[in-house]
Amino acid sequence: MSVTERRSADRLDVDRVRADFPIFERLIDDRPIVYLDSAATSQKPRQVIEAEADFYRLHNANAHRGIYHLAEEATDLFEQARVSLARFVGAPQPETIVFTRGTTEATNLVAYAWARRVLGTGDEILLSEMEHHSNIVPWQLAARDTGAILRYLPITDEGLLDLSGLDGLLTERTKLVSVTGMSNSLGTLPPVRELTAAAHAVGALVLVDGAQLVPHVPVDVSELDVDFLTISGHKMLGPTASGGLYGKLEHLEAMDPFLGGGHMIEEVFPDHSTWNAVPYKFEAGTMNLAQEVGLGAAIDYLETLGMTAVREHEEEITAYAIERLLDAGARVFGPSDTRVRGGAVSFWFKDVHPHDLATILNEEGVAIRAGHHCNQLVMRRFGVPATARASFYIYNTTAEVDALIEALRSAERVFAG
Amino acid sequence: MALDEIYKEVILDHYKNPRNKREMPEAERSCSKNNPLCGDEITVYVHEDDGKVLDVSFVGQGCSISQSSASMMTESVAGKSRDEVEGLVGSFRGMMAGDVEPDEDAFGELVALKGVVKYPIRVKCAVLAWDVLQEALAGDGDAAGSAPH
Repeated sequence: MSVTERRSADRLDVDRVRADFPIFERLIDDRPIVYLDSAATSQKPRQVIEAEADFYRLHNANAHRGIYHLAEEATDLFEQARVSLARFVGAPQPETIVFTRGTTEATNLVAYAWARRVLGTGDEILLSEMEHHSNIVPWQLAARDTGAILRYLPITDEGLLDLSGLDGLLTERTKLVSVTGMSNSLGTLPPVRELTAAAHAVGALVLVDGAQLVPHVPVDVSELDVDFLTISGHKMLGPTASGGLYGKLEHLEAMDPFLGGGHMIEEVFPDHSTWNAVPYKFEAGTMNLAQEVGLGAAIDYLETLGMTAVREHEEEITAYAIERLLDAGARVFGPSDTRVRGGAVSFWFKDVHPHDLATILNEEGVAIRAGHHCNQLVMRRFGVPATARASFYIYNTTAEVDALIEALRSAERVFAG
Repeated sequence: MALDEIYKEVILDHYKNPRNKREMPEAERSCSKNNPLCGDEITVYVHEDDGKVLDVSFVGQGCSISQSSASMMTESVAGKSRDEVEGLVGSFRGMMAGDVEPDEDAFGELVALKGVVKYPIRVKCAVLAWDVLQEALAGDGDAAGSAPH
């Protein structure tokens, strides 16, 4: 999914962006925060924090229930966020967006409401070895309940999806292809459009795990033709527990509900119920109203910057980071060509275990992630127990990459000799 | 710098030159565990006779804190009675929880790990080998132990 063909006229102004993030005004041990863990969760701009607070300050009521002014405002704001999210990912209509508390819940929704209803013994789900555990475990559970079988696309040494065996793995038995839009450990951007076309050719549906993709790359589900896209709000400037599932209307309409409860019904009888329309059929109970409204503000913020400018900024900083890490003697996992990767950069530095590295970097004011990143299949593939990972977003600067490299030198000194 | 408090020389020495890092086929007891958060894994072997822990060894991989803690542990428990080992495990846990001031004579080099208390997330690394030792001693003596995940 290359978006580098044209350079946007509006380059991202990082200084202006940073001024919108109150957390960067904070000092820890008299030092500014070098936050290189946006793949875990992004920081939040003032606009998002205020939108969420304003919901409680000015508009708080339950949505879709009360017949009074506040309730109408709450409903309007919540539904406006749905319209924004639909527009942001190129969904044809707002009804194709189901709010969930993130990608994990969205994936589980499909695993329960679609897979368990449709799959049978011997049916196959094709995943990849670079999936986050949240795009593996829900399918293992569904496979256990249905007799379906999981297959995996392997990873090349370079960290790309190995599609050489695709013809053998993708057959008429395949009912679902569920792959990441961007690997959270390798940064890889798999060729979603091509995979989707191949999957559709054998009659399989496609789910794309958009946790890392949607915050960083312009996405158009209509153009990609994917059947489902999972969306994490908190990784794209929004509040935690915001996010959603895009699904083609025909699938959402055919699916069972996920959770039963209030608002997802049309009518309830002692022995059965009928369901509300899509997407409300999937939104049982009181939703994360203030959080989804905050996500709407996050989308406004990203749209103002322009996702092409966001992507360009991240390509530049990622290329710079990879170059400097390699120069410093680190082993970098995943592709080095920024046209096929995003800004999550996993590495191994000399003989310093990632945990030791993260502790030492923390003392230097640099926040990175160390561990298996919920990617144990990837760790095994590359023969490491864990990696260090720096990940970038709109507010990161090349000076922060320099701070990372300086901190690595400090780790080298501690472990020298 | 605070780093000196966690990465003391003795820790780095045990990390780079681990003591008793070997399998022990003749061990009466063994156990394996990993820390699912970080992937550190440790197998501890115990050779005991008549209520006395004669020899302890370990194999595994992980960060400097988990590996040096395992190395120091093998040295500190060898030759002790089971009751003494249980006592030491208890006081070590107490030190890592920050509520036992270590007796430097009884603790020896283990005192070096006290600095880890300031890094709560790393305390798990320091106690991993001790968890495994305790489970090995509490187990039914099956040398196969529990497999790492």
